[in-house]
Amino acid sequence: MAMTMTGEVQLPASREVVFAKLNDPEVLKACIPGCETLVMSSPTEFQAVAVTKIGPVKARFKGNVHLTDLDPPNGYKISGEGDGGVAGFAKGGATVTLVEKDGGTLLTYNVEAQIGGKLAQLGQRLVNGAAKKTADDFFKNFAAAMNPPA
Amino acid sequence: MSATGIGAPVRRKEDFRFITGQGQYTDDVTRPGETRAVFVRSPHAHAKIKSIDVSAARKMPGVIDVLTGAQLATDKIGNLICGWMIHSKDGSPMKMAAHPALAATKVNCVGDAVAVVIAETIAQGKDAAEKVKVDYEVLPAVVDPAKAQAKGAPQIHPDIENNTIYQWHLGEKKDVDAAFAAAKHVTKLDIVNNRLVPNAMEPRAALADYDAGTDNLTLWNTSQNPHVARLVISAFIGMAPEHKLRVIAPDVGGGFGSKIFIYPEEVVCLWASRKVKRPVKWTSDRSEAFLTDAHGRDHVTHAEMALDANGKILALRAKTIANLGAYMSTFSSSVPTYLYATLLSGQYNIPSIYCEVDAVYTNTAPVDAYRGAGRPEATFVVERLVEVAARQMGIDPADLRRRNFITAFPHQTPVIMAYDAGDYNASLKKAMEIADVKGFAKRKREAARRGKLRGLGYSTYIEACGIAPSQAVGSLGAGVGLWESAEVRVNPTGSVEVLTGSHAHGQGHETTFAQLVSERLGIPFENVSIVHGDTDKVQFGMGTYGSRSGAVGMSAIVKALDKIEIKAKKVAAFMLEAAEGDIEFKDGKFTVAGTDKSAAFGDVALNAYIAHKFTGAELEPGLKETSFYDPTNFTFPAGCHICELDVDIETGRVDIVNWTAVDDFGTIINPMIVEGQVHGGIAQGVGQALMEGAFYDAAGQLVTGSMMDYTMPRAHDLPSFHVGLTETKAPSNPLGMKGCGEAGAIASPAAVINAITDAIGTEHIAMPATANAVWAALQKSQAPKAA
Repeated sequence: MAMTMTGEVQLPASREVVFAKLNDPEVLKACIPGCETLVMSSPTEFQAVAVTKIGPVKARFKGNVHLTDLDPPNGYKISGEGDGGVAGFAKGGATVTLVEKDGGTLLTYNVEAQIGGKLAQLGQRLVNGAAKKTADDFFKNFAAAMNPPA
Repeated sequence: MSATGIGAPVRRKEDFRFITGQGQYTDDVTRPGETRAVFVRSPHAHAKIKSIDVSAARKMPGVIDVLTGAQLATDKIGNLICGWMIHSKDGSPMKMAAHPALAATKVNCVGDAVAVVIAETIAQGKDAAEKVKVDYEVLPAVVDPAKAQAKGAPQIHPDIENNTIYQWHLGEKKDVDAAFAAAKHVTKLDIVNNRLVPNAMEPRAALADYDAGTDNLTLWNTSQNPHVARLVISAFIGMAPEHKLRVIAPDVGGGFGSKIFIYPEEVVCLWASRKVKRPVKWTSDRSEAFLTDAHGRDHVTHAEMALDANGKILALRAKTIANLGAYMSTFSSSVPTYLYATLLSGQYNIPSIYCEVDAVYTNTAPVDAYRGAGRPEATFVVERLVEVAARQMGIDPADLRRRNFITAFPHQTPVIMAYDAGDYNASLKKAMEIADVKGFAKRKREAARRGKLRGLGYSTYIEACGIAPSQAVGSLGAGVGLWESAEVRVNPTGSVEVLTGSHAHGQGHETTFAQLVSERLGIPFENVSIVHGDTDKVQFGMGTYGSRSGAVGMSAIVKALDKIEIKAKKVAAFMLEAAEGDIEFKDGKFTVAGTDKSAAFGDVALNAYIAHKFTGAELEPGLKETSFYDPTNFTFPAGCHICELDVDIETGRVDIVNWTAVDDFGTIINPMIVEGQVHGGIAQGVGQALMEGAFYDAAGQLVTGSMMDYTMPRAHDLPSFHVGLTETKAPSNPLGMKGCGEAGAIASPAAVINAITDAIGTEHIAMPATANAVWAALQKSQAPKAA
């Protein structure tokens, strides 16, 4: 089943910094909820493993992620597909746009995703809420990462 | 009528063990050394299998083996089959695609099994299943039957163009078109008969046990017809010779049709048991059941009815696209054809009928018979057309029905069926009295004062049960005969065991069949036991579906009991030293006519076995008889259901406030059981009309895949039903029985939708008529309120 989600977050950093961090595997790994590993195989491709729980379905998703339409520092498109084994699969992408605002950066994202298998069968009513929470958690972490630890 | 004979509301014998948790279902059966099967299923609706890697799964703890479709093919395990041949209108045979029990190269629906893990425990099996790596190349999917034949639609099976299985028709198109051209009034409807998930309380299960010492295979499974399962698994799938395969269907917790069919899982369990040389058990969980039990209905239909100026029906025509899902299930081809179009005459004298049916493959679960199987779909078409035609022509819907009722029997319809008995005016009249139709207008005004729109809807249904005369169904393409067998074993002490080919999965056969024997032999009800569901005990049988256990199964018992009486009279004649022709049998006693010399049934039974009163040259010892009964016609239960309901204007919520069902089932053995069948049938039909709907998204994901998203009716959704009976005997069987198992589910959806459309004043409402759907229809039909 298909789902869409949009949102925006104000970040206390310049677009250049935000864009760099959006391409930094260590930052992404730290910010993606449940992320266990994230390995960059090229500047625009990485492999990630993340544990996600949606309703009664908990799964370890292994996925390939690609970065396309790179337009520093204005944004990019991040897309990928994750295989959760018997739990099903998720695939999709997000368009990320960065705009200068109030001395920082306004990041807007536009997600389109497809889920299938047990995830769609059992979790579909919960998936929008779960995806929203995952996004919120990610950007909360990401905003925190704008201020490097002292 | 005795307290336990025919017509007595005897409490069900089997209920004690069911309600005290002592039923023995397939999952309750355990065998020494039993292993568990866990299936790896496709999360994609349509995909090529590029590779399957089971190496990591094999190394997991507790794993005995991991098997794939490639090995199934290597072992030459045959494909699952559909056993009813339908020919297209051009004469070509239906196109049946290969259906392997494990997909090897391509998956065609979500839930298609691609591998199976055999493990010591379910938990270990599930952990190992996670480690099976399947590399899929995902293909576009098609789920909507109305889009499956479109140019450019994804092609599901090789060499089956436009996903079209057959293009079948019935009736004379020329006559129908001429009648329409001359008609004063034509009513047209577009109908979607919604897809349903059966959801029997007990999920499917299979336990296979291979005995290497004897080379015998035993299968316990949740089957409505274990003998047919054995025949198909042996003759078509090639698992084992028929005499080396025993199938036992013990207590089965509901079927509603979904357990008629032979499924991949039982085939895989048998195959795996032989491979690992240990018993293999699989029990479906509810999630698997949603994905893999054969679904029901799923028709898209355009239907038209032609009438003259007086509301006399001249002709009916329908074009239906039937979704059979990703594979053809065991009897799927017959449901939208001979179980559907043959009932399009309803209770009416319709001179001409023409029906075209295209059956299509889609990337969804297989669709097959579900309670009513084709007949609910036909009844919905006919009863909606009649109701809408009456409204459009300004004729009272009951009156329009009366003007068209068949009143002379036998009646040959233009769609094969020859109705042999019925009184449709009687059931309509009685139902209208019970429902107090006269007082409806007043109740409608009262409801309006409370902000409710009240509606009343009729459904005067007919169905064909007691399936079926073997020669007749053979001529229509059935791969089997549909007779039934019975064996009556009288024990030396006079107690009786009846072995029947019918199979009970909630119907109460242990009670009703014993009532018949008690009445016929004049022996206590408690002295009779009913044996069914084991191919090693019962010689052969065709199982239970299509409301056939009474009309066909019990008729076989009657025939065997007749033979018992004949043999017992011979024994009694020797005992009483009288001529055989002078022996009379009544109330369990054999009497020499005109004397007080008699022998009780038990004494005769004992003498049949001790054989002291006659020599072997004079009479064979023993008292056991077998009969095979083949009916001479279908039976035609019919009746009238009236639904009265309130629609809440603000929310669209529908509350059924009154339900009247008056049915003609012919002879009734146990009125309490019959009433229970009617109640359950109505509940299922109301579920279809108001709540239930299986929906796939465009990618083929089942988005109503759990009880959280698939709504089934509960007690509080339903009123107390008012149930009445009329009776015309079925002339085609010795007991005059017609069958009652499906009537409620057949009649009720049309009654509900006729009532809702009566209430809201628009015909545009599809099933399930959820509050949301009714509210949306109301927004279109009701004039906006002043602000």
